[in-house]
Amino acid sequence: MRRQSSPATAEQGRLVANLMHFARTLRAAGMPVGPGKVIDAVAAVRTVGITNRSDFYWTLHAVFVNRPDQRPLFDQAFHVFWRNPELLKKMMALVLPEMSLDLPEDEKQEMLRRLAEALHPNPESRETGETELEFDAAMTFSDREQLQGMDFEKMSLDELAQAKAAIARLRLPVLDRPTRRFAPDPRGARADMRATLRAALRSGGIVELKRKSRRLRPPPLVVLCDISGSMSRYSRMFLHFMHAITNDRDRVYTFVFGTRLTNITRYLRFKDVDLALDKVTEAVADWSGGTRIGHCLVDFNLYWSRRVLGQGAVVLLITDGLDRDVGVGLAHEMDRLHRSCRRLIWLNPLLRYEGFEPKSLGMRAMLPHVDEFRPVHNLDSLENLVTVLSAPAPRRLTAAAMLHNGVRAA
Amino acid sequence: MAATKAPALPASVDATLAMLGGADYVADRSLATAVHLALHLKRPLFLEGEAGVGKTEIAKVLSAALKRKLIRLQCYEGLDVASAVYEWDYARQMIEIRLAEAGNEDREEIESTIFSDRFLIKRPLLQALEPEIEGPPVLLIDELDRTDEPFEAYLLELLSDFQVTIPEIGTIKAAHPPIVVITSNRTREIHDALKRRCFYYWVDYPNAERELEILAKKAPGAAPELSQAVVGFVQKLRKMDLFKLPGIAETIDWTEALMQLDVLELTPNAINDTLGVLLKYQDDIARIQGSEAARLLDQVKAELAAAPRGS
Repeated sequence: MRRQSSPATAEQGRLVANLMHFARTLRAAGMPVGPGKVIDAVAAVRTVGITNRSDFYWTLHAVFVNRPDQRPLFDQAFHVFWRNPELLKKMMALVLPEMSLDLPEDEKQEMLRRLAEALHPNPESRETGETELEFDAAMTFSDREQLQGMDFEKMSLDELAQAKAAIARLRLPVLDRPTRRFAPDPRGARADMRATLRAALRSGGIVELKRKSRRLRPPPLVVLCDISGSMSRYSRMFLHFMHAITNDRDRVYTFVFGTRLTNITRYLRFKDVDLALDKVTEAVADWSGGTRIGHCLVDFNLYWSRRVLGQGAVVLLITDGLDRDVGVGLAHEMDRLHRSCRRLIWLNPLLRYEGFEPKSLGMRAMLPHVDEFRPVHNLDSLENLVTVLSAPAPRRLTAAAMLHNGVRAA
Repeated sequence: MAATKAPALPASVDATLAMLGGADYVADRSLATAVHLALHLKRPLFLEGEAGVGKTEIAKVLSAALKRKLIRLQCYEGLDVASAVYEWDYARQMIEIRLAEAGNEDREEIESTIFSDRFLIKRPLLQALEPEIEGPPVLLIDELDRTDEPFEAYLLELLSDFQVTIPEIGTIKAAHPPIVVITSNRTREIHDALKRRCFYYWVDYPNAERELEILAKKAPGAAPELSQAVVGFVQKLRKMDLFKLPGIAETIDWTEALMQLDVLELTPNAINDTLGVLLKYQDDIARIQGSEAARLLDQVKAELAAAPRGS
């Protein structure tokens, strides 16, 4: 299947072998490097020639790197690998990543952890998953976060089956948005000239006018879910919920936050819900700790909103609004979030209590900036959510006023 | 044929760097390496980076330096084949049919006439496949992140084989692939399948030294003291936690704005009056305006006084 390279000198042969080895290292470290990339790399290196290390670096960089977040990994791998390929063998032999290298201290830690993980793939999930989690914990610097794996087993079998069945039935019909593309539609408002002409030529005689109308598409859906201590009773259910909607449609982005924001979209894309939730548990470090809503929203607004909130996105914010930072800076960030999306829906489990009044500072800061404020504490309320989302959105700025009148600034 | 012979492709990374420099583009050697690879291995160059760091400019510079035609496709959500690749000229086709029917022509013949090159409106992607006397054109696909995934998928065929299929005519293939430059502001992630076919480069903000060089080329009228203060100030802003950091385009615009206002030396007042050129979000402006600007400016001045850069 592979194209055989023409007979090369021993020197070239060694380079090719080294490039191949290097590509394998990158792949093991999690970069999407296929065999085609090795061929590309060889061609690229031959084009530029190996005159100096910097050119060599940037040549391989242009071939192997695809995303800005891969740059640090590539950089480390490059320097380790091309300094001394023997080092890799040594690293492979090491069980715990503690060895001395003449590198700056912080760089060393980071590099060793990621590369060492790359070189020690752990296919068995459960037991090793736990040790990995502890290992992760040792590398984090905050003692405020309660670092603990979340126990999904606690959900009783009955409860689990019930929830799964209900959530699997769930479809979120967020109202479709018109796009700028067209689809054939006999009752469409516009004439489809291309189809008309083709039909006319086929039949001859009387030209029947073909019509088209705008294609509809569901908007992106962004879920921001609070997983702090006060929400821990619900987090499990919401994770199932998020998994269901992530796999139900495209363009769903999911984040969880407690004291920090974590993008879990990639993990929830695993079709198998148990596998997906296992991955999430491993990835998230701040289960059931405190809440810093404002801080997490700053992160979201700064790093993610411009990437996931395009094209008329709908945001579901799932939190009880109990903020450890007592709402400092929260109103401002909520306002920004509200302005960046088409519809902001706040789902609050506390709302189930009769006569609930949003009294905490965090809640008061957030409420003026949401389009919709809904309870979400059981399967019923999740199903109610479906009806709400399938109705056309009310005019903006009115929804919050229903519960909280007159606070919104003009 | 070779009357207006276009310059040959640069032979080495050094030559590429010199060529970009010759067209007033101050590039890092790393960028020149990526450009060199793209030119020689005839693959698209994929440039990502924040707004205003000079991604689009690279395509323009390549077109100018290599004397090739520049074909630009500005992407937007819902960009479709009719506006990106080709469309039939329906009005003329209908006239043609009427005329042909009046002249009692054969239907088969009408069909072959009206679906011919004559009635084809060529949009940028199809234009880029056409042979040009000067050599293959530079195709700039700007802000690809603004389109949607279906269009990206469509580009896959075009960018790997440089061919387009029109059902009524057949497949049109470029004899020589165009020089393709794709830019993205990263408002969403472009699919790996597309990136895999390209040489990737992340265009970063320049360091102070490089930014001064760029400014000297793009705003040659500015006094060196002003340029240094401007660059120092912008570099300070980029270290701050702003919603939108100023790009090189903003630095150049700001310098020009200051020159228009006959500002010879950067003062807090001058900054406050013109901050809107540099920062584009009200929150950011409110944060910097006034005392913060004065504080940053003092820092910049102190640093300039401590280490005067000779130029």
